[in-house]
Amino acid sequence: MMAMGAMAALALRNLFAVAMLSGTYSLLAAALYVVLDAVDVAFTEAAVGAGISTVLLLGTLVLTDHHEKPNGRIHLPALLIVLAVGGLLFYGTLDMPAFGDPQAPIHQHVADHYIEESREEVGPPNIVTSVLASYRGYDTLGETTVIFTAAIGVLALIGRVRRIRTRDARSGDDP
Amino acid sequence: MGILDHFNYWMVIVLMMAGLYTVISRGNLIKQVVGLNVFQVSVFVLYISMGKVSGGTAPILGEGITVYSNPLPHVLILTAIVVGVATTALALALVVRIRKAYGSIEEDDILKQENGS
Repeated sequence: MMAMGAMAALALRNLFAVAMLSGTYSLLAAALYVVLDAVDVAFTEAAVGAGISTVLLLGTLVLTDHHEKPNGRIHLPALLIVLAVGGLLFYGTLDMPAFGDPQAPIHQHVADHYIEESREEVGPPNIVTSVLASYRGYDTLGETTVIFTAAIGVLALIGRVRRIRTRDARSGDDP
Repeated sequence: MGILDHFNYWMVIVLMMAGLYTVISRGNLIKQVVGLNVFQVSVFVLYISMGKVSGGTAPILGEGITVYSNPLPHVLILTAIVVGVATTALALALVVRIRKAYGSIEEDDILKQENGS
């Protein structure tokens, strides 16, 4: 169902419908995360992916065009590259441990320590919070840096547009 | 080993191929950003699928629960989602800026203006 939503979003040409469908896609992804036990990730995806992303997309559409130029051709080199990459990844999955296998290598290293010791070492019952704020606090610091940089970049880009527009308006008023 | 053992991973690959094809082949800049998002979510689903333990619950400590899913991928993807939105915002700001400069968000129109004039 999620794959179908994604295909529809990518096939449609009206960009408003594309924006709404990509929001739906994020919401379906959030539902999938709940099924896979990742409730914190689901919260974030529903709020940030389905909410803020859609608002940003709609805002961009207001400032730009609503329709994609029709382009029915199938891009053959792109299709070949994508099929090759997909085939290689499919070959890679055959070596992966089965879905939900408790003996998989990913569960053998630090995860047990987090689950058994985080109550004494950090405190909150939610293990994800403990890991995010304490064990991997530097990651979160880096994340904040990235958001800060992105905010500066957006302000630099959009803010400059406004300045140019006011300059144009002023030069238009002169004669 | 059952046939459905890797079904999640295969769906991830299908989503990833759809996103990658859009990024490469479509000329519309907003469509490319949406394709990039689809690609990104497919990677998130891959990580979360790997963290799942069958029979486990969400990693919140409680009485009488012994099997939890792996919390580490959840933390990494939490960070990745927020970073992804930040980069999406930056990409969309660039699209707005390109529209102001060229009057179009189609790649071939922009290239035509660059080469023609």
